Amino acid sequence: MTLFWLPVATLWQRELVRFWREKARVLGFVGSPLVFWLILGSGFGDLAFFFPGALTLTVMVSAVFSTMSLIEDRREGFLLSMLVSPAPRSSMVLGKTLGSATLAWLQGLILMAFGPLTGVWLTPLALVQAVGVVFLISLTFTLMGFLIAWHMESSQGFHAVMNLVLFPLWMMSGALFTPEKAHGWIRVVMTVNPLAYTQASLQHLLNPGATAGLPGLRLSVGLTALCAAALLTASILAANRRGKASSA
Amino acid sequence: MVSVDNVTHSYNGRRALESVSLEVRPGEIFGLLGPNGSGKSTLFRILSTMMTPGAGRASVAGFDVAAQPDKVRRCMGVIFQSQSLDRKLSVGENLRAQGRLYGLRGAPLKARLEEVLARLGLAARRDELVDSLSGGLRRRVEVAKALLHQPEVLLMDEPSTGLDPGARRELWQYIEELRAAHGVTVLLTTHILDEADRCDRLLLLHQGRAVAEGAPAALKARIGGDVVVLDIAEPEALREEIAARFGVDPRVSAGALRVEIANGHRFTTEVVEAFPGLIRSVALHKPTLEDVFLDETGASITE
Repeated sequence: MTLFWLPVATLWQRELVRFWREKARVLGFVGSPLVFWLILGSGFGDLAFFFPGALTLTVMVSAVFSTMSLIEDRREGFLLSMLVSPAPRSSMVLGKTLGSATLAWLQGLILMAFGPLTGVWLTPLALVQAVGVVFLISLTFTLMGFLIAWHMESSQGFHAVMNLVLFPLWMMSGALFTPEKAHGWIRVVMTVNPLAYTQASLQHLLNPGATAGLPGLRLSVGLTALCAAALLTASILAANRRGKASSA
Repeated sequence: MVSVDNVTHSYNGRRALESVSLEVRPGEIFGLLGPNGSGKSTLFRILSTMMTPGAGRASVAGFDVAAQPDKVRRCMGVIFQSQSLDRKLSVGENLRAQGRLYGLRGAPLKARLEEVLARLGLAARRDELVDSLSGGLRRRVEVAKALLHQPEVLLMDEPSTGLDPGARRELWQYIEELRAAHGVTVLLTTHILDEADRCDRLLLLHQGRAVAEGAPAALKARIGGDVVVLDIAEPEALREEIAARFGVDPRVSAGALRVEIANGHRFTTEVVEAFPGLIRSVALHKPTLEDVFLDETGASITE
């Protein structure tokens, strides 16, 4: 038991310490979605509608980019010493992703503090739920990032995936337009896009006035949790694979 | 303590190791000597549990590296050729994190930490970020890190890489102290002759095959006598003539003629007199591991 939770706690702590030593990252991750939200929300005259999307974006960028440190760990060799230690690979995956998820979550919470600007006041229950859901979303994105980073040699490849896959998925998540206003094919994409459900759960909690046509809160949170569980399993499986070769 | 039995390994059809076997005894310092691409890094990766062997078996402290990697990892300290420290953390933070990956915490962790810091003379550096340390100091932290959990076996990949001669000497001093004090078994890969000379026994690897095994002195004694290297404009042309005249078997290597002979000093004067003006320079030395390697493979370790 010790040999599972001790590495988890150690790697979690390491992510936080490293982040704290690079304070510029803190500013960048929270700052840009905040600016983005204020401009878009003010331009369209609907700060409340764009708020959940900006929150998803903050969490996504922060979570996915902090898992880029895995590529750094590989390049700098730190990963090697983790791999030859007796700590189970599952504890490595969990420690590393929980660390990054915590950072993304904290940044999401900072953005949430600007929520009152939308004019929407949350009930205490909705607030607690939102805090929990933001953590779940942070973890999901972190695991997604981990899985991508595990298979990447360079950070350039990582940026390409981010730009070509994650940003379009975010745009089609309902963050910028609702499904009812969208064209047919985009509407189809939106029903299978996991980000549409993370987006819907935040919309329910943070802007309950504009949830027409969205999947329900329970369904959305449930599917997000399912997605996180699948990604966790995939990450552990990937980390457990050792280099094998044939005798041929 | 470390045993490799008929290990064969290929990457995408390219053979990296071909039926290699070796046996490292407890408390021994054992070296895998060979040039780049000789297969020593592949063997290192198999023994460090990063890869499973394609065929054959390997074990550390009696545990099979493929079937019982966790047990192997627990009793083995690994030092990689590349650095494996977190540069954004301090020396102490790196070591604490390492200890916890091995299940150490609380008072035992603190005690081990103090001990390795003291042993490697790092106590004063504890709070410095790894980023700010010199290469030699970082290497020392790597050693401290590998020793933290008191491994029975220390596995090192090219331990002297990037170290100046002073730091290299220091590193070897620690390795020898460690063996004397705790009976730690050391297995290392190297292509540096000085380093290989310090090992108790060596396995010479060439293109994935074991070509010779033994103590450095015994390997060199196989050649016997001296090695004379003649720098000649056209070594091929003189080879036959020298062979016939002195009853030796000269070999052309790196543009010079190499002769192994019992009484090198006598041969040297005679050969220079025999071919006036044709020999640009003459060098006489006792056999080195490089000579052993050349003899066995026709190739050079250092290239």
